[in-house]
Amino acid sequence: MNTILDVKNVTMKFGGVTAIDNLSFSVEKGEVYGLIGPNGAGKTTIFNIITGVLYPTEGKVLFEGKDITGTKPNRVVSKGVARTFQNIRLFKSMSVLDNILIGFDSYANYSYLEAIFRLPRYFKREKEIRDKAYKLMEVFGIDIFADNRATDLSYGNQRKVEIARAVATNPRLLLLDEPAAGMNPNETAQLSNIIHKLKSEFDLTILLIEHDMKFVNAMCNKLTVLDYGEKIFEGKPADAIVDEKVISAYLGDFKHA
Amino acid sequence: MFDFKRFIRNIVLILATLAFIYYAQKSMDSYNLSILMNIGIFAILALSYNLINGVAGQFSLEPNGFVAIGAYFTAILIIPPETKLDMFALVDPAPIVASAHMSFLPAVLIGGFAAMLVAMLLALPVFRVRGDYLAIVTLGFGFIIRIFAINNPEYTNGAMGLNDIPEYANFIWIGTIALITFIVMIHIIYSKYGRSMKAVRDDEDAATAMGINTFKIKTLAFMTSAFFEGVGGGLLASMLTTITPDQFSFLLTFQLLIFIVLGGLGSMSGALFASILLGWGLEKLRILDENITLFGHDFGAHPGLRMVVFSIILLLMMLYARRGVFGDRELTDIIRDYKRKKLESKK
Amino acid sequence: MDFQTFLQQLVNGASLGSMYALIAIGYTMVYGVLRLINFAHGDLMMVGAFMTLIISELGLPFEASVLIAIIITALVGILTDKIAYKPLRDAPKISLLITAIGISFFLENLFTVVFGGIPRAFKAPEYLTKIFHLGEVYLPISVIIIPTVTLLVLAIVLWILYKTKYGMAIRALAFDINTVRLMGINADRIIMIVFIIGSSLAAIGGIFYAISYPSIDPLMGIIVGLKAFAAAVLGGIGSVGGAVIGGFILGFTEIFVVASFPELGGYKDAFAFFFLILVLLFKPTGIMGQDLERGRF
Repeated sequence: MNTILDVKNVTMKFGGVTAIDNLSFSVEKGEVYGLIGPNGAGKTTIFNIITGVLYPTEGKVLFEGKDITGTKPNRVVSKGVARTFQNIRLFKSMSVLDNILIGFDSYANYSYLEAIFRLPRYFKREKEIRDKAYKLMEVFGIDIFADNRATDLSYGNQRKVEIARAVATNPRLLLLDEPAAGMNPNETAQLSNIIHKLKSEFDLTILLIEHDMKFVNAMCNKLTVLDYGEKIFEGKPADAIVDEKVISAYLGDFKHA
Repeated sequence: MFDFKRFIRNIVLILATLAFIYYAQKSMDSYNLSILMNIGIFAILALSYNLINGVAGQFSLEPNGFVAIGAYFTAILIIPPETKLDMFALVDPAPIVASAHMSFLPAVLIGGFAAMLVAMLLALPVFRVRGDYLAIVTLGFGFIIRIFAINNPEYTNGAMGLNDIPEYANFIWIGTIALITFIVMIHIIYSKYGRSMKAVRDDEDAATAMGINTFKIKTLAFMTSAFFEGVGGGLLASMLTTITPDQFSFLLTFQLLIFIVLGGLGSMSGALFASILLGWGLEKLRILDENITLFGHDFGAHPGLRMVVFSIILLLMMLYARRGVFGDRELTDIIRDYKRKKLESKK
Repeated sequence: MDFQTFLQQLVNGASLGSMYALIAIGYTMVYGVLRLINFAHGDLMMVGAFMTLIISELGLPFEASVLIAIIITALVGILTDKIAYKPLRDAPKISLLITAIGISFFLENLFTVVFGGIPRAFKAPEYLTKIFHLGEVYLPISVIIIPTVTLLVLAIVLWILYKTKYGMAIRALAFDINTVRLMGINADRIIMIVFIIGSSLAAIGGIFYAISYPSIDPLMGIIVGLKAFAAAVLGGIGSVGGAVIGGFILGFTEIFVVASFPELGGYKDAFAFFFLILVLLFKPTGIMGQDLERGRF
């Protein structure tokens, strides 16, 4: 097995507040890795650091052995890391198809002038990415909505569009930020199927943030539990649910809620 | 992707438009022709303004500045050298200005490229931060360009401006270039570049997370807009035959803003529709600036009243009809959606 | 430049800088709470100056006219927000910006229609325009009064911002409008207070401007407004102290560059623009600004 993502001693401070405290973990190729913890534990902050939105106060992020700390977010995508957002962020004026096509942006390598003068490569590439987009939408079962405005879809389907859009960028590592949030049990089950499919058909490694322990247990091979920016557990899901620290962190959270 | 039926349809549409342009130039009277030429120039400017403001969603206030650049470059290049020597009253023209001379089309294109170059220089500081400052930088630029024109009489003949500009720009030139502008804009919109611009408009962070270089996309949209505004300026200079620094005031930008809001920000069909409707309507609204007589009472002339009406129209549209006539979509999309919905309801 | 000229220019610079500072504060505060470049803000200084003139022409004493003009300007500021900005709080930002430019254009042209576009002489009472001499330097007394009043006003604004409940809310709002809503603070009331403060200061700035350059016209707010905005960006948008520093830097620069290089006089109005570009290129957060642009995921 080889490591695809290596988060090394990352610390992130906002003003005086420490959001992430000396966090390290590594994800192996082909894994579904979970990052869980109560609200405010710093999970999304970690995503933002991996994807280059934030620059960590200390520490490094290695992707496939190369240092990507502080690489611009759009460059991180071209290196092979894609993400979704906690609160779905689709391009709201655009159709489902166009949302997916955005993901194929770098594949469609025709120039601005080729587009303006409608040169052959424009037609060739546009046809290719449309075919690819339809195939991808079929995998997610959203091809029937291709021409609908993305934001007219149901919540569960919007989530699928967002994941499909991320997959379209041809990543090797996919970061999913609370993919099951707000879904009903039926939709959650579909999501599990899709994630399994992604792993097998697209050869993806998945790092996911979740709040829902049950979902994580079913999905992940390995997980890290965060509480107030600190790692309190790393290991197999089965061991996590009996770990005292994890239980107390979660109980505390439930009390707040 | 390549649809032969659609290709033939588009060719027919283009030929029909060209035939109309030729017919209008040959057989219309000069008053109606001048309205058509105004509409043509408005269309070029509104379409290109819509690309940066509507499609890419970056609020800018540049048209008057870029139109001025295009107008000055074109005018200086097409006025014959001997005319220039007579015209420059304050100081002698700079040697390069005095000797430069070329035919109309390259001069207009150079005007466009000059505007595009300036846009690139402005984009660098502005788009490094989020697009917020674009509006104020471009607004400021519109004023600065006037200061430069006044303070460099060896290039611009100062506040007196340039006159005796050869009147090459007829409706064939203006109409054809307006048509080309429309086609280019549509081609941009239905390409990955247009999609990226819309993505930046809808959600800049998500666009970045899709691997889009938002700085590059915004700059591309801005430079493209500037190019066509410069070209429009060149045509305008040759149509009017006289230009002065005060002519390219903010009013021009403001009118265009109303055009693209009315048509629907982001819709090129809308911008074209609004140019035709308002290009004609503005001509008629001129009465507002003349003497007003209501119920036999003479209210006198109120210069500025027309602009008060403009601003109220704009404000009302923003508050109650923000999406304009076409929303952010093209006519063809609206028709397609309509057909699809009808089909679905039949099932 | 001999010492006396230097002194004279210094006082002139302080006076000009004061006006920019007063107007820049409004820009920076509104940007802080609404993330909006309020294009109509420059025109509020015009409203202030015009109202002072019109009311004093009705026969009221100058001081009373100033007070009423400030109140009217504040009301115009509040009305702008209530009518034009508030309904668009959740709309795309571009809608808000378009509306702001619409308001600006509306005010400029409404005043042109009502009062005519020709510049009008602004008559200030004699005690404000009296010339006194300091050695061989002759100065109108206003160049001393303007910076003094400005510092006084600034002290009041800073006191409000840092020592009152509302000031704290204003500063909180600058960070995140939603948090403030969650905290149970009435965000709309805070925004109204910001508009009152900003508009009143703009009115004072406009009146000072009218006293120093004793002629006013409906379009006077455009260039001054642009410059004040540049000053706000230079100082760091969102920061009141920064706006003041930016305003003074711009004021001094204009006065001293033109005094030292008279041939650049024609470009006086362009300096602010170059400042703006330079700041955006090299330090977008300005001198004292915090990074309000940080993406929130």
